[in-house]
Amino acid sequence: MPKDQGLMSWKELAPGMYILEPGNSAKFKTGDWRSHRPVLDKEKCIKCGQCYLLCPEPAYEPNEEGYFICNLYYCKGCGICAAICPKGAITMVLEEA
Amino acid sequence: MGKRVAKEVSIAVADAVAQCRVDVISAYPITPQTHIVEHLAELVNNGELDAEYIPVESEHAAMSACIGAAAAGARTFTSTSAQGLLFMYENLPIASAFRLPIVMVIANRSISAPISIWNDHSDVMTTRDLGWIQTFAENGQEAVDLIYHAYRVAEKCLLPVAVNLDGFIVTHVVEPIEMLDQELVDKYLPPLKMKYKLHPKKPITMGAIGVPEIYTEAKKALDEAFKASYRVVVQAWKEFEKLTGRRYQPVETYRMDDAEVAMVIMGSLAETASNAVDELRKKGKKVGLVRFRLWRPFPMQDFIKAIGKVKALCVVDRAVSHASTGGPVGIEVRSALYQSNKRPRVVNFIAGLSGRDVTKDDFIELFERTFEAISKKPKFSYEIYGVKE
Amino acid sequence: MRPELAEFKPLSIKDLPKEDWFAPGHRACQGCGTVLPLKLALKALGPNTIAVSSTGCMEIISSPFPYSSWKVPWIHVAFENAASVASGIDAAIKALKRKGKLPKKEKINIVVFAGDGATFDIGLQFVSGALERGHNFIYICLDNEAYMNTGVQRSGGTPKFAHTTTSPAGKVIHGNVTWKKNLPGIIVAHNIPYFATASPAFYMDYINKVKKASLVEGPAFIHVYSPCPTGWGSKSEDTILLSRLVVETRLFPLFEVIDGKYYILNRKVDKPKPVEEYLKLQRRYRHLTQEEIELIQQKANEEYERLVKLCEVFAPPKEETKEKAKEG
Repeated sequence: MPKDQGLMSWKELAPGMYILEPGNSAKFKTGDWRSHRPVLDKEKCIKCGQCYLLCPEPAYEPNEEGYFICNLYYCKGCGICAAICPKGAITMVLEEA
Repeated sequence: MGKRVAKEVSIAVADAVAQCRVDVISAYPITPQTHIVEHLAELVNNGELDAEYIPVESEHAAMSACIGAAAAGARTFTSTSAQGLLFMYENLPIASAFRLPIVMVIANRSISAPISIWNDHSDVMTTRDLGWIQTFAENGQEAVDLIYHAYRVAEKCLLPVAVNLDGFIVTHVVEPIEMLDQELVDKYLPPLKMKYKLHPKKPITMGAIGVPEIYTEAKKALDEAFKASYRVVVQAWKEFEKLTGRRYQPVETYRMDDAEVAMVIMGSLAETASNAVDELRKKGKKVGLVRFRLWRPFPMQDFIKAIGKVKALCVVDRAVSHASTGGPVGIEVRSALYQSNKRPRVVNFIAGLSGRDVTKDDFIELFERTFEAISKKPKFSYEIYGVKE
Repeated sequence: MRPELAEFKPLSIKDLPKEDWFAPGHRACQGCGTVLPLKLALKALGPNTIAVSSTGCMEIISSPFPYSSWKVPWIHVAFENAASVASGIDAAIKALKRKGKLPKKEKINIVVFAGDGATFDIGLQFVSGALERGHNFIYICLDNEAYMNTGVQRSGGTPKFAHTTTSPAGKVIHGNVTWKKNLPGIIVAHNIPYFATASPAFYMDYINKVKKASLVEGPAFIHVYSPCPTGWGSKSEDTILLSRLVVETRLFPLFEVIDGKYYILNRKVDKPKPVEEYLKLQRRYRHLTQEEIELIQQKANEEYERLVKLCEVFAPPKEETKEKAKEG
C-alpha cells in the first residue's frame, strides 16, 4: 500500500523537512560497496597522514599510536590510499566472497 | 490613531515595510513595482532604515537571496510583477516548502506575450498551487494594512505571503493613507524568532532529497500547515481591528443582504463595481458584490456564506486560462459551489485585461447579462468581455 | 597587496585539525575526486561555516533523506542560484550583527559548493551578480568537466574532444567541439579580492588557498579540478594521479589572482609531461587521433605561456614583499 512505503509519519517530520541531526549519514554503511580492501603494513608506514587526508569518505581515523586505520564500515575500496602512499605501505586485496 | 496623509501608494507600502523593521531587502526593478523598491533604497541609503539592500541581478536571484536570508533568520522583503514573477517561479514552491516567512508584494501586471506593463491578474494567477498565502488589496489603505498583516501571519505560520496590488491603478495613485504609529507596529509585530535556522550553533540540513518514501509525507505536512494558516490570518485581522478599528475579513461583501445577483471580483475594480451596484440598487435591482481579500488559503466557508441566496453569480476574472472551463476565479468559484449545496447560475467574464478600462457602465451591462442568464443559460463557459470584433 | 594575504603563513599537514565537518556514509562513487576537495575545504574552514550547495552530485550524495553528511549548517535551493542564496545569507548575517541579534565578533564563513554545470553554464549570471556585489563568501567550483549527476552530459567546462553523452565521440563529430570555457578569465574580470585554481593532488596548496579565501573580506573564488572516475572512465585509484598530471602537463595550471590585478603562478611547469600521459588514463579520450592530441598539447602550452607572461607582468609589487621579508 502506498502509505506503507512512507519512511515516517508526516506528523514526525520537522517543518520544511529539515534534517536536524547533523552528519547522521555516519549511520549508513557504505563498506559493502567494495570489492577490494586496503591492508596496512605498519613496518613501512611513516605516519604521514596522506591516506587519511586523501580518502574521499573519509574512512581513515588516527589511532593512539599515530597510525591511520581504515574504518571498513565506510571504505568503498577505491584504492586511492594504496596509490598515493609514499612508502607503498598499503596494498589492496580482494574481499573474500 | 495615526494621521492620514496623502501618499503615493507605492511609497506608503515601502514605508510600511520599513516600519516592519525588515532586515534584508532583495529586489530587482520591474514596472510597475519600481517605486516600491526605489523608495526602500532611498530609506536605506539615507540611514532611515537599518537593513541590507541587495540590488540583485535578476528576480530569480531576488527570491533566491530572500530564501537564503530568511533561512539565516532575517526578516525579508521582495517585490515583483509579471515576467519577474515568472522568472522567480522555480523558487516560489521552495520558499513555501522550506517554511520561510518571506513577504512579497506583487504589483499585478499582464504577462507576455504581447509584452505589456499594464494591470491585470494574469501574473499571480499562475502561482495558485505553489503554497504562498495570497491577499488582494483594493486600495492604498488596504495595501499598507496588508503589509503589516503579512509579516505577522508569515512569521506565525512560517509560510511566505504575497500581497497583491493592481499595477498602476493602486501602486501609482496618491491616496489618503493612515500609517500605523511605530509603537503599534512593534506591538503587532514582535521580533522574528525562528526555532530552526542556518547558524553554526545548531547545524541543520535544509533541502535534502525528497525520496519517494518521504515526498508524500512532506507535501501532506505542508498542506496541513497551509490549511491551518487560515485561522492565523483571521486572528491577525481581529488583532489588527483592536489596534486600528479597521476591520478586514477573508471575503468582503457589499449590499449582499437580499441580493439576487452578485458580482465576484478581486482587487481595485471592486470599487468601480460597487458604484455600479449602487446605481442598480437605485433602480430597484437587487444586486451586491462579493470580493476575495484572502485568495489562498481559499476561504471556502466565508465565500459560500457571503453569496447568501443569490440566483446568479457574475464572476469577473482578470486573467485567461485558455480553453479551460473558465477564468481562474471562475474555475475556483464553480469548484467551491459544486462542493456546497448552493447552485446559483455562474456567468464568467474576463475583463480588464492589461489595463483595459472597465467602467461603471460596463459593470452594469455585466450585471444585466447575468440577470438574463438566470432564465436563459449561457452557451459559453467564459467570455472575454470588451473585445472589438 | 592585501596584508592578510601578503602576511599569510601557510599551514603544513601537521597543523591541520583532526576533525572533519563532512561525515562518511555519503553516496559518492568510489574514488570520487569531487567530494574529496569538498571534505578538505570543510576541514580547512571548520565548524563556524554555513555551506550552500547547488543541485548536483555533491548535493545528492550528501543529503538523501533522512541522512545528511553535513556537520555544518547547509542549504540547497536550486541548480543555478547557490551564489544568490549565499548573498542572502551574507546580507542576513550582516544585518543581524548590526542590529545586535547576532554577536558582532563571531566569524561565520559562508561557502558555496557548486559544480561546473552550475557555475559555467546555468548559474553564470548568479555567480557574476554575487561577485559584482562584493558579498563576503567563498565560492568553490568543483569542476569535474560535465553534468555528472544527470549522467555525464557536456557542460561549458567540458574540454575539447572529450566524450560525454551529449557530445559523444561519434563517427562524424568527434566528441565535444568547443574548448573549455575560460572561467578563470571571467571570474578574474570581476576584480574580486581572491581567485585561485587548485587540484586535490596538491592538497596543502589547496587547503591553504581555502584558508586564504576565508581571510579576505569580500568574494573569493576557488576553481578546483575534480576527477570523476565514473564520468571520465578512469580508474578510481587514479584520482590523485590524474590531479597531479593535469597540472604537470600544463592543462590546469595552479595560480592565484589578487584583486584582479596581481597574478601569482604557484607551480612552474618548465618541463611539462606530454598530455598523452594524462589523456590515456581516461576512456572519455580513447577515441582521440594523434592530430587531436597534438592540438590539445599545443593549446595547453599556449595558455600556460600566456599565464606565465601575465604572472611576470602583473606580479605583486616586490617592494611590499621585500619589506615584509625584512620585518619577518
